[in-house]
Amino acid sequence: MSIWDYANPKKFIATTTPLVPWFFGLAGVSLVVGLIWGFFFTPDDFRQGSTVKIIYLHVPSALMAINAWLMMLVASLIWLIRRHHVSALAAKAAAPVGIAMTLIALFTGAIWGEPMWGTWWAWDPRLTSFLILFLFYLGYVALWQAISDPDTAADLTSILCMVGSVFALLSRYAVNFWNQGLHQGASLSLDKEENVADVFYQPLLLCIAGFVLLFLALVLLRTRTEIGRRRIRALEMRARRQEVRA
Amino acid sequence: MIALIARDLRLAIRAGGGFGLGLAFFLIVIVLVPFGVGPEALQLREIAPGILWVAALLSALLSLDRIFALDYEDGSLQLLATAPLPLESVSLAKAVSHWITAGLPLVIAGPALGFLLNLAPAAYPWLILSLLIGTPALSLIGTFGAALTVGLRRGGLLLSLLVLPLYVPTLIFGAEVARRGGEGLAVQGPLLLLAGVTMGTVALMPFAAAMVLKVNLR
Repeated sequence: MSIWDYANPKKFIATTTPLVPWFFGLAGVSLVVGLIWGFFFTPDDFRQGSTVKIIYLHVPSALMAINAWLMMLVASLIWLIRRHHVSALAAKAAAPVGIAMTLIALFTGAIWGEPMWGTWWAWDPRLTSFLILFLFYLGYVALWQAISDPDTAADLTSILCMVGSVFALLSRYAVNFWNQGLHQGASLSLDKEENVADVFYQPLLLCIAGFVLLFLALVLLRTRTEIGRRRIRALEMRARRQEVRA
Repeated sequence: MIALIARDLRLAIRAGGGFGLGLAFFLIVIVLVPFGVGPEALQLREIAPGILWVAALLSALLSLDRIFALDYEDGSLQLLATAPLPLESVSLAKAVSHWITAGLPLVIAGPALGFLLNLAPAAYPWLILSLLIGTPALSLIGTFGAALTVGLRRGGLLLSLLVLPLYVPTLIFGAEVARRGGEGLAVQGPLLLLAGVTMGTVALMPFAAAMVLKVNLR
């Protein structure tokens, strides 16, 4: 049994339907525990005070904003190469979730930046590239909405996603060149000896897990909705054809 | 391919409108800026390279939807798709003719409008050079955007939403070359990166544009 069996919409729905409530439940539990742990049971930072705690929303949402685009890229490639409709619909379903994640990251960053940097917004490379990522998401969603034929829309948005990924990466490093920023370095990376101090690290990991699960649950749910919408469209077209015949 | 470019150029010149309109738009944006930010010469000098680049980018954007729309409406794009010339070459030819009609005039007019914004004297050669190197990338990216939205009835606004984020790297490097040139700093880095962006778009965008054209002509 290969992973491509799930490209069958029926099989996809049958498999994912029981999973979605679990994902939602686990996401809820890890977010509630992680946020309460992070907000009430970790010490304040000695320089940033209690504002440091916004990290529990900011870092996971920023992480997911980028990963959502990556997921869309992979799904788009699968659609272009293997023509699995579920894949194209999953990419479509992930985009608004990605927009929400980008907005959460931008807003929490602004709320944190106001007391810490003394400004809601600075044209810092990281902030700027996130704003550009937001624009890419908007263009992607707008293109989906503008085209009525689903297959054409899937093709065009997939190609836009590919081209956009190249330019998003290019912009990411171009803005680095353009302005050295205020934003601190990466909070988390796999190859560093120590990331954030351990007291903050554990609830942060829990929150990240919560965001990943929430993203999965939302995308699966939305993909199911899209499949349903596609079926309604097919039924309506069939009904119309029968009307014409009768 | 050359015949196609020549045909597009003839059409652009004889049909009128598109050719001068972009330039007029460029001029108007430049004229409006001092009304917005005030007439202080030093302040204008500081923002001049950036404003010139942003205005060039906007006026290049203005004529993008004409690249394929007319050919799509009268069916000649269908004929081009079935012609022995590959669609990739058609996209490249379209980008070249868009650059000659919309990009090259900007390169020529840019320095003239630099006077209006009190551009630093040292910046002129770098502004011309950066526009010369950077505007082809604008045309090539724009051709891709125009190909994406060619089948849509009201694609104009969507086109700008799709294309403008793609213009970011070109704008950053282009304006940086002009700014550094004006301040007498080393320009080699951004200049090479700008050329890299243009070369990358020359190599890749015709293929992406042909891909979406094939989808749109299905």
